[in-house]
Amino acid sequence: MLKLATRNIGLENSHTLAVARANGAYSRLEKALAMAPEAIVEDVIKSNLRGLGGAGFPAGRKWSFLPKDSPKPRYLVVNGDEGEPGTVKDKYIMIHDPHLLIEGIIITCYAIRSHKAFIYIRGEYDLPIERMERAIAEAKDAGILGERVMGRDFALDIVVHRGAGAYICGEETSLLESLEGKRGWPRLKPPFPAVEGYQRCPTVVNNVETLSYVPFVIEMGGQAFADLGCERNGGLRMYSISGRVNKPGIYELPMGTPLRQIIYDYAGGITDGRRLKAVIPGGSSCPILTADEIDVPMDFDSLAKIGSMLGSAGIIVFDETVSLPEALLVLTRFYAHESCGQCTPCREGTAWMAKIIQRIIDGLGRPGDADNLIRVARNVLGNTICPLGDAAAMPVMSWVTKFRPEFEEWIRRGRPVSESPVPVTRIGERLERAAV
Amino acid sequence: MSIPAYQMVDHPGPVTWSDAARREIDAIFSRYPDTRSATLPIIWLAVREFGWISPQVEAILGEVLKRPLNEIHSVVTFYTMFPQRPLGRHHVQICRNISCWLANAPELLDHLIAKLGIHPGEVTTDGRFSLEAVECLAYCECAPALRIDGRYEGNLTREKIDQIIDGAR
Ligand SMILES: Cc1cc2nc3c(=O)[nH]c(=O)nc-3n(C[C@H](O)[C@H](O)[C@H](O)COP(=O)(O)O)c2cc1C
Ligand code: SF4
Ligand code: FES
Repeated sequence: MLKLATRNIGLENSHTLAVARANGAYSRLEKALAMAPEAIVEDVIKSNLRGLGGAGFPAGRKWSFLPKDSPKPRYLVVNGDEGEPGTVKDKYIMIHDPHLLIEGIIITCYAIRSHKAFIYIRGEYDLPIERMERAIAEAKDAGILGERVMGRDFALDIVVHRGAGAYICGEETSLLESLEGKRGWPRLKPPFPAVEGYQRCPTVVNNVETLSYVPFVIEMGGQAFADLGCERNGGLRMYSISGRVNKPGIYELPMGTPLRQIIYDYAGGITDGRRLKAVIPGGSSCPILTADEIDVPMDFDSLAKIGSMLGSAGIIVFDETVSLPEALLVLTRFYAHESCGQCTPCREGTAWMAKIIQRIIDGLGRPGDADNLIRVARNVLGNTICPLGDAAAMPVMSWVTKFRPEFEEWIRRGRPVSESPVPVTRIGERLERAAV
Repeated sequence: MSIPAYQMVDHPGPVTWSDAARREIDAIFSRYPDTRSATLPIIWLAVREFGWISPQVEAILGEVLKRPLNEIHSVVTFYTMFPQRPLGRHHVQICRNISCWLANAPELLDHLIAKLGIHPGEVTTDGRFSLEAVECLAYCECAPALRIDGRYEGNLTREKIDQIIDGAR
């Protein structure tokens, strides 16, 4: 099986410059520096490399939106916040192959003519932060970064910026506010970061994984990279899989690999041979899929076609014994906790949804609560400054719609009628106390 | 010992930056095009220096960052990782989000509560441990997971938790 971004993971000392260089690091940079910046952007557009942080926006097209004539400095901001529940991929790159990311950053900065990049890494990630900082220092000492990148007339400085615990700071405009030293309140768009980003200067925000594929686009050429994936979704990507499967982990596979294959062939199927009940395909914010929907190819367009999203490709698997209303309570509480509170529909809506689901779980559900949930979710959807509101509303709508009988059963009887073969821990009260 | 979450705790005396911290502050400023962007790294430095962010620490943060206190306070309180009261010497953050929940995290939280004798948000009387239930740590592939002293531990069982806690005493 072809591997790209995960190729060096598992090599001894893969995080050091010596090992990285012996395995290809910075050879693609050499090649890129011999190209014209515009030619790199063209090649990345041709590669169909999509933004792998969640939204799937084509990377090369995003770069091409930078204003051509602005006198202001331009910035590259790397999103290593990795907060979407179920998503665990970026840390593998930062821990095991930091030089791959640095190479991707340098090529990108050269292509967009930026001389300063920030890597925003979530505050809990001590080891990734340490590895990135060491790798940057090594690259500086080796003349790969600094005033003259690889001896060329091109200066680049990379700064690691540590987050401090806020899911919302993964959202790009919140991240920029946070980087500017403020609380992470998302900004209204437009203007988009490409026009007014960090310090109101043109800024490209890209995910760690997205940038780690840039060296391979240069290595094999945009067309060859595109051909590895499927229509309009180029190359490979790192699928995270967790929940009730035998072999949770990350799997680097072509864009468009069927979800069924990832669950059963790679992740070893459902634990204890149980039946699949439902899957979240791309991180907790994505609408849920039923067991009948898993033949879908895992690419941005195919999932959108069936009403879900590829997102960050954080697959979360639920088997037949999981009580979905309880699982949804875990998620809605999360969104209520993480709402920045700036806009009313999100601040109030996320809390109401959590409260309604809580009362259903507590056996106090009222007739009509399933509709209440959908109504609240609908009033949040599309009415907020940033997509966190949607991220909270979409799961509620899809779970309650697709698994309505289970919710109705809880509402009617206060407990599920079908006895689970495996007891599912109740969480209601415990989470309430856990608010720190 | 249980202190309401909204209450900031004073340091016993005045707080001042060490010389090493002052040098580091200069180094941090040199990385950013403006001083305001240095806010988070300098708050992190203060957490390392002083253990938690008290009103006194906010005051000296305001001085070095040349920002009004209300701005400093709004930043400090927005992020969950800036403590506003002393934590235990070992701070345990156990994940309560979806993949860990699917892997029985609630039972392990109960186990930790029983073992440490404290609830999330509290510190043991001997000051050794503090406990916090947190959202996804991005260690879902090794769920259930926790973070202690800047390190991740996954595939938790009661026995493994006992080892981790006993090892940290
Ligand atoms: C609530 C929310 C949380 C997000 N969290 C992350 C994150 O942790 N990491 C990430 O790369 N993108 C995250 N995103 C997506 C970013 O806003 C942005 O689309 C992405 O960083 C752009 O990079 P890409 O085009 O390379 O994907 C989040 C978006 C939202 C709305
Ligand atoms: S949608 Fe929610 S998280 Fe986003 S800006 Fe509004 S309140 Fe904040
Ligand atoms: S859900 Fe616990 S680490 Fe992700």
